[in-house]
Amino acid sequence: MSKVLKINKSAEESVQELLKFLLKSGKVKGVFTLRKINDNGAVAYSLVTSLDMLKDAVPLFPLMPANGGKLLSRLTLRGSVAEPVVAVVRPCELRAFIELVKRKQGSLENFLFISSTCSGVYPLEISVNGNIDKKLSQYWDATKRNEIVPDTRPTCKSCEHFLPYTADITIALIGKKDIGNKCEIFLNTEKGQKFVDGIDGEFVEGKLESEEVVSMRNKRKDEKKKLFDEIGIEKFGLKGLIETFGKCIGCHGCSKVCPICYCNLCYSDSQTYEHKPFVYEIELKRRGGLRVPPDTVSYQIGRLTHVGISCVGCGLCADVCPANIPISTIFLKVGDSVQKMFDYLPGRDVEEQIPVTTFKTEEFVEVED
Amino acid sequence: MKDEFAPKIVGFLCNWCTYAAADLAGTSKLKMPPSLAVIRVMCSSRVDPVLVLRAFLRGADGVLVAGCHPGDCHYEKGNYYARRRFALLKSVIETLGLDSERLQLSWIGASEGPRFQQVVTEFTDKIKKLGQNPMQKKTSL
Ligand code: SF4
Ligand code: SF4
Ligand code: FES
Repeated sequence: MSKVLKINKSAEESVQELLKFLLKSGKVKGVFTLRKINDNGAVAYSLVTSLDMLKDAVPLFPLMPANGGKLLSRLTLRGSVAEPVVAVVRPCELRAFIELVKRKQGSLENFLFISSTCSGVYPLEISVNGNIDKKLSQYWDATKRNEIVPDTRPTCKSCEHFLPYTADITIALIGKKDIGNKCEIFLNTEKGQKFVDGIDGEFVEGKLESEEVVSMRNKRKDEKKKLFDEIGIEKFGLKGLIETFGKCIGCHGCSKVCPICYCNLCYSDSQTYEHKPFVYEIELKRRGGLRVPPDTVSYQIGRLTHVGISCVGCGLCADVCPANIPISTIFLKVGDSVQKMFDYLPGRDVEEQIPVTTFKTEEFVEVED
Repeated sequence: MKDEFAPKIVGFLCNWCTYAAADLAGTSKLKMPPSLAVIRVMCSSRVDPVLVLRAFLRGADGVLVAGCHPGDCHYEKGNYYARRRFALLKSVIETLGLDSERLQLSWIGASEGPRFQQVVTEFTDKIKKLGQNPMQKKTSL
């Protein structure tokens, strides 16, 4: 059981209210949230310090224009924020930030985290085409009815980790029939409780892990199985890999948007991969022909070995891929395999060490020959 | 007469143990197949899985990563990290439906010339049975 703040307004208004309260009371000096940037349904993350600007905040808007965790890392890479800031991000964005902090790419200091039980986000394409407003009522209806929201990102539809692990405050959305006029705000940490102290509302006890949440987790698990079966990753083999990654145009957009791909001097983008003529000659002698640009399969599997262990399944990589390669699904699947090996869940706990940075003396003897 | 398939194996050998063992095998004139192209690294932990993968995709018939026995690493714990990364790479490869048979991790101490001979011979035999790496003929990798 945890402490719950109940506000008799719609979930969206309640979060707005909460953010306003935090900023107005001076408990926080800044708000990191999604904000409308025009009337076409375009939203972007913003760091807001003025109450006036907060009016355009749409903290629960079902779109992820960039992984918020990556953005928070950019904001704090050179030093932590000096004064308290509240950040409203989705569970996978929070997990991504935790993974980046483990890699010394950001700082948690002075942040208060608000997240929600998450119904997922739509692919960016829907917002770029200006069609997202038509989708909103469908989104909230499905959330209330505890159904998987149609047309959201494939990795959202099959995401099991839609309950935030490290948020101070969690907005309960999944399966909550009354979110049109009531909102339950779970105060998971003492910090969360302290920050809302003094706000208008009713305080009760509640359980976040509701029946609806359990049933949604099962639905997502089934969906994940379906998705994996559809794409048949384990049956790829050499042929499947070439078919799948042969479509890659080599833009490396997937790595640019990936929160976990943080190196700014990526090996794959380096001159190392600009081969000297003799390399092409050797390859051509043997192969009789070479796809240009080369190395798309190697780039992808390379990224899988580097990033898979910490992939949070946010889905951005697939979203931006101009060749429509289901990259996020492939990363989710390979991620599952390698994360299981080490009993590791990216972003669950900032103290949990990244598996490749630690070891046990007695393990994996089966890979030795 | 058909030429017998002569595998090409890339070997990442740690300087302090396996490379020394290779030297010893040489100076002891131990016979073994000429299949191994050696790349000397300071420690098995230097071998980023991506390097193994590159060799594999560029068409190496086999890739061997070899270093000091656990507990003996010159840098104390490098080979424990190497083992984790190798296990991770294998899992990635297998999840994609590829065979990881062509990749091998072995511990060969500096004084183990005969073991070096044995590992190279046996791995070469295994690769011979598997045949040429099919990646060699692909135009898109
Ligand atoms: S975004 Fe798509 S096309 Fe671009 S590098 Fe990634 S997989 Fe290839
Ligand atoms: S690999 Fe794709 S799904 Fe995984 S964290 Fe990176 S962008 Fe998100
Ligand atoms: S020095 Fe030989 S494995 Fe580290």
